Amino acid sequence: MPRRPFTPKVVTANRLLEGDVVYLSAADEWVTDHHLAELIEDEAIAQLRLLDAERQPDIVVGAYLADAKAGPDGPEPVHFRETFRSRGPSNYAHGKQAETL
Amino acid sequence: MYQYTDFDRDFLAERNAQFRAQVERRIDGSLTEDEFKPLRLMNGVYLQLHAYMLRVAIPYGTLSSDQMRVLGELAERWDKGYGHFTTRQNIQYNWPKLRDIPDMLDRLGEVGMHAIQTSGNTIRNVTADHFAGAAADEIIDPRPVAELLRQWSTDHPEFQFLPRKFKIAVTGAPNDRAVTRAHDIGLVARERDGKVGFEVLIGGGLGRTPMIGKTVRDFLPIEDLLPYCEAIVSVYNLLGRRDNKYKARIKITVHENGIDEIRSRIEERFAELKPLFTGVDQDMLAGIEAQFALPSFRTSSPLDTTDPILRSWIDTNTAPHKRGDHAIVTISLKAHGATPGDATADQMRLMADLADAHAYGELRISHEQNVILPHVPRDTLPVLHAALRAAGLGTANVGLASDIIACPGMDYCALATARSIPVAQQIAERIDALKIEHEVGHLKIKISGCINACGHHHVGHIGILGLDRAGVENYQITLGGDGTEHAAIGERAGPGFAYDEIVPAIERLILAYLDLREGAEDTFLDAYRRLGPAPFKAALYPEEKQDAA
Repeated sequence: MPRRPFTPKVVTANRLLEGDVVYLSAADEWVTDHHLAELIEDEAIAQLRLLDAERQPDIVVGAYLADAKAGPDGPEPVHFRETFRSRGPSNYAHGKQAETL
Repeated sequence: MYQYTDFDRDFLAERNAQFRAQVERRIDGSLTEDEFKPLRLMNGVYLQLHAYMLRVAIPYGTLSSDQMRVLGELAERWDKGYGHFTTRQNIQYNWPKLRDIPDMLDRLGEVGMHAIQTSGNTIRNVTADHFAGAAADEIIDPRPVAELLRQWSTDHPEFQFLPRKFKIAVTGAPNDRAVTRAHDIGLVARERDGKVGFEVLIGGGLGRTPMIGKTVRDFLPIEDLLPYCEAIVSVYNLLGRRDNKYKARIKITVHENGIDEIRSRIEERFAELKPLFTGVDQDMLAGIEAQFALPSFRTSSPLDTTDPILRSWIDTNTAPHKRGDHAIVTISLKAHGATPGDATADQMRLMADLADAHAYGELRISHEQNVILPHVPRDTLPVLHAALRAAGLGTANVGLASDIIACPGMDYCALATARSIPVAQQIAERIDALKIEHEVGHLKIKISGCINACGHHHVGHIGILGLDRAGVENYQITLGGDGTEHAAIGERAGPGFAYDEIVPAIERLILAYLDLREGAEDTFLDAYRRLGPAPFKAALYPEEKQDAA
């Protein structure tokens, strides 16, 4: 079966202490705003960045690569699951959407 | 209600201290996440989409007013001011911080509550009829047996690493309100020759392979309950598949081996185990039963009201009590447009206060995500209703179309494939806007946000399953499901609907039912069983009807 071509990614995880959704920035910081994540367009670099994340078990849990695309304000989620993770639940203004109010 | 002994309190304190140390060791790096994850799960702590989630057991759905107050306190002190009551009679907190969870567990321990075995491949919280101890149709109060099962299964050394999770439900009434036929073990009280025992069903379950439980014993004396349940779980522990998690539940074990082979093995194991149960369990059961004595009921005056709002609420939200001058009150956590099963800290405190004032201090949580006041003198219903209404808890919709079961779905759950809460909210709002709810009558809509079926969609009269279809939310409809003693798995109606199409589809279905029925007594489920799926499918897929014409 042919391998699917690589598509851009961000590294995402949850903070160990709070459980908040976070993204790895190009400056090696964990940020809460998806737009501030590093958009990785090379597969080998993506794997290296994921390893960087996994080497920080005292800060984050469950790091993985999530599909993303370039947007006017920075990377945007591709899949609706990541859209919900990036803003919070739809029934209450809790989570990240509350932080930006 | 069962009161914790010194043994229980010491056990819980020790367990909480262990978990506190485990959290500290995870934070200081002594434990890896791989090492910590099974430990946190054993204590009900999940990592969900946006945050940690703490699932607290409410054994057989029974709560004292003091316990309900503490649930509210947890919501206020350590969460975002609310809790979510689940289809397994538990409560979940969606936003706790890891460091705070040991404090939450300690506070729960002070009122005899915990989160043990609310996750993992163990025997989970034992559920029961939410009208237990109060229902007019009850043969026995199932809660003492459920408590005995809880004590037997908690930290049972043989059953901490089962092939998969294991769920037991008990009912003491012939009208099955506990969905016993969709559990790994379902226990249904039966009377034979003047003695009470249980019909034992095994292998029921929902999820990706829904199955109705099969009778393995049609009458089991109560004194054989523990050795027989131990025999069932023991056989399952041995035979259950560990090579494939999707085939690991006992329903698959029963399906692959056949009920006769499983029964034979259970009986063989039971014969070995029974002599080991020397009667201590029955002594314990007698002690437990004494703690479930009914309250000292006061006499209530008859209630005669002409208030139409109160009358409507009494019609829908109360059920017959074993005493004619009392009622069982269901407090709806399904205000139109609200999140099914959510209650704020203030609402939890109010319900606790009202339980003290009007219901002998007792509450129950139903698997349908509502709160029950099991014993209410009928002459207090007006004042109770007024207090509930003022707090947004007076919605008269129990058993109706907006009394929707919905799992947390993709708004919270890491396993979900689509949202379920906003679908439930929109359906309820639409039904309210159409003003047809009471005309439609008895209708159970159940929504799951993934194939794991926490929202029990397979047994909804109308079931909705949210899926991810090529990166887009898509909702399949099943029809004709039933979670009662006449249990049935719903049949898939056809192709799924997009997120913005599902509410109009449900509306078409309900309006079609109103056209099709023979009268108000002809419920949605009756009409479906009588007419079959064709006219309902025609309402769901009008374009196909046109294409065929």
